[in-house]
Order: sequence, then structure tokens, then C-alpha cells
Amino acid sequence: MSVLLFTIIVLFGAFLAGLLGSLTGLGGGVIIIPMLTLALGVDIHYAIGASIVSVIATSSGSAAAYVKEGITNIRIGMFLEIATTVGAVCGAIAAVYLNASFIAILFGCILIFSAVMILKKKVDHTTSDHTDKWANYFKLNGSYPDKGEVHGYAVKHVPAGFSMMLLAGTISGLLGVGSGALKVIAMDNIMRLPFKVSTTTSNFMMGVTAAASAVVYLHRGQIDPGIAMPVCLGVLTGATVGSKLLLKIKTDKLKIVFAVVVDFLALQMIYKGINGL
Amino acid sequence: MMEQAEHKQNINDKDIQAILGTLLRAGVIISMTIVLIGGIIFLTHHKGVIADYKVFKPEISEFSSIAAIFNGLATFRGDAIVQFGILMLIFTPIARIIFAIFSFFLERDYLYVIIGFIILAIITISLSGGLAH
Repeated sequence: MSVLLFTIIVLFGAFLAGLLGSLTGLGGGVIIIPMLTLALGVDIHYAIGASIVSVIATSSGSAAAYVKEGITNIRIGMFLEIATTVGAVCGAIAAVYLNASFIAILFGCILIFSAVMILKKKVDHTTSDHTDKWANYFKLNGSYPDKGEVHGYAVKHVPAGFSMMLLAGTISGLLGVGSGALKVIAMDNIMRLPFKVSTTTSNFMMGVTAAASAVVYLHRGQIDPGIAMPVCLGVLTGATVGSKLLLKIKTDKLKIVFAVVVDFLALQMIYKGINGL
Repeated sequence: MMEQAEHKQNINDKDIQAILGTLLRAGVIISMTIVLIGGIIFLTHHKGVIADYKVFKPEISEFSSIAAIFNGLATFRGDAIVQFGILMLIFTPIARIIFAIFSFFLERDYLYVIIGFIILAIITISLSGGLAH
């Protein structure tokens, strides 16, 4: 395949990945990696390097809008970034010692987990119990505006949430994805943040987390300009279009279809991994 | 008095959020424009070449350090320009941390100044490149 044809196919696929990723809340990385490895036969190390670059682009782009609205809790974001960046660097370093088959199998498992997470009904766990001493010390409790009203919230179980973020960062560094699903568990279920705050804060953190592992990938030669270029341009464009569409269309059915497709991709990744790619 | 101080703090936070948002957006737009320009130059020179990414070959990667990217940039090569754009993109969230440290310093929130420096230190350690091998 010529470089031109390869670029066009990847650009189109990345656009689709970015579009569906933003419509379903799953992120572009988890789709672009199976697409590159399964359909185009790209080595998973290159796919991961290109994906992490697209994660930085989409998360910084959308974080810009949310931060301005004042929903993002910058203190929670920065506090938890300690955990995610340590995890990300460790994950990116560990990735070199693991063979491609193992990474593919792990990737498949995370894909299935993410698909389950997008279908699961979200339960609001918010609390106004301001007694957590960690939350008070690190000034994590906050408030956010919604339809002209200001809602206050309190944060709970900080050490458990921090540990979960360490895992989310490691997975992100290991697989080149944003690991949004794990971050949601840490923030919604464990630390009991309101949805709006957890989604936007997780997005805000993704850029720094991905940058930490991206520098490791760059030095290792995993970021190839020929693949990273169409991937980041395509995913970013797709995600931008997706975020505009999101306001107009209902995504419930799309999520179900998408979860099935993701599970299919996941099984293929695991199958390929078991067979030594 | 108390209320007034709080009010002042709020305006301060809002300003910081506005600048932070602009910084992130500008970083993405500038770096993606560089990637696009580099990509076009790369394609005009390489369009007929066979794309081969089947096996991971780190030894043939030409732009895997900041120094190498700048050297390639001097020769005006498309792939070097793309890689430079990617480097700028990686630095966008890092610049965001530096800005946050600065603004927490102005707010006299020294605990978060320290937290910012910890994150910066973690990224700098991985930036040194020694960890990649």
C-alpha cells in the first residue's frame, strides 16, 4: 500500500473513531488501535504511539471549553494527576517489557470493560457530607454552575480514589488510551463527584496523563509521523464534529450498537493476541 | 470584609479559567496546523513510497528525541515538521501545568504550587529519555 492511500484510509478511519468516540463517551483511542492493528496490520506499538497523541489533542480541545464554563474542578484534577502521571510513566515503561500479544489481550479486556461501562446506567452518588479529612486538607470540595444555579458538592474516599487513578494512569500509559471508564469509576463511584464535574475533570486530566507517557513513547520511537499525522488530525476533526452533533441527537441506541461493535473488536484483539498476532 | 475577599477570589479563579481555556485551545490549533503543513509536505515527497508498519522497528525511527526533531526541522523535511507539531501538542498540557503553578502562586495556595511541581517533576523525569530504554 502506498503512503498516500495509507494516509487517506487512516484519516477516514480516525475521523470515524473520533466521531463515535465522542458520541458514546468512549474516546477515540480505544477504536483507532484495533482499527490500525486488525484492519491495516500496523504493529500495536505504533498504533499506541499514534493513539496517545490523539488523546492529547481531543482532551485538550474539549477541556478548553469546559474549563471556561467553570465546571472542571482544577484542584481535584491536579491532585489526582499526581497518581495518573506516575501510573502513566510506569505503564509506558512497562510496555516495552511486555510482548505485543499480551498487550493485545489486555487491550481486548479493557475494551469489553469499557463497553459494559457505557451501557451501565449511571447512579448519582453525590453527597454534601464535608467530613472527609483528606478532601478538606487538599481543598477538594467545590461547586459548579448548572442552568444559572450553583450546586455545592463534597468529596469522599480520597485515598481509594487516588489508588484507582494510579491504575487508570497505568492502563493509559500501557495501552495508549485515555482510560476514561476507569476514571469515571474513581470519581463517580468512589469519590462521589457529580457527573458533570467528574466527566469534565477527567477530560482535563487526560491531556497531562497522556503527555507523560507520550514523551516516553517518543523517545522509544513509537510515535511515527506517518501514522500519528493522519490519526491525530482525523480523530480531532471527528471528535469536534461529534461534540456538535451530541447536542442534537439522542445516543442511546447508538451506544448499544457501538458496544456490540466494540465487543466484537475486543474478541478479535484477544483472539489475535492468543495466536501470537 | 470576608465576603469581599471571597468575591475577589472568585473573579481571580474565573480569570484563570478563561486564560487556561484559551491556552489549551491555542496549543491544539497551533500544533495541529503545524502537523497539517508538515503532513502535506511529507505526502508530496513520499506519496508513492510503500507504507510498511507491520513490524515495530525503533532503530529506524529518525525523530525520537527533541534534538533530532530540531535537526530535521532545519532541513525542512515534512516528517520532521509533523513530529515538531506533535511535540508542541505534547507540550500544551505541560504548559498548562506551568501556568497553573503560577496562578496558584498568585493565589498564595502553596500546597497546590507544590502539587504542580510534583507533576512537572514526574514529566521531566520521563522527558529525560533515560526511562525509555
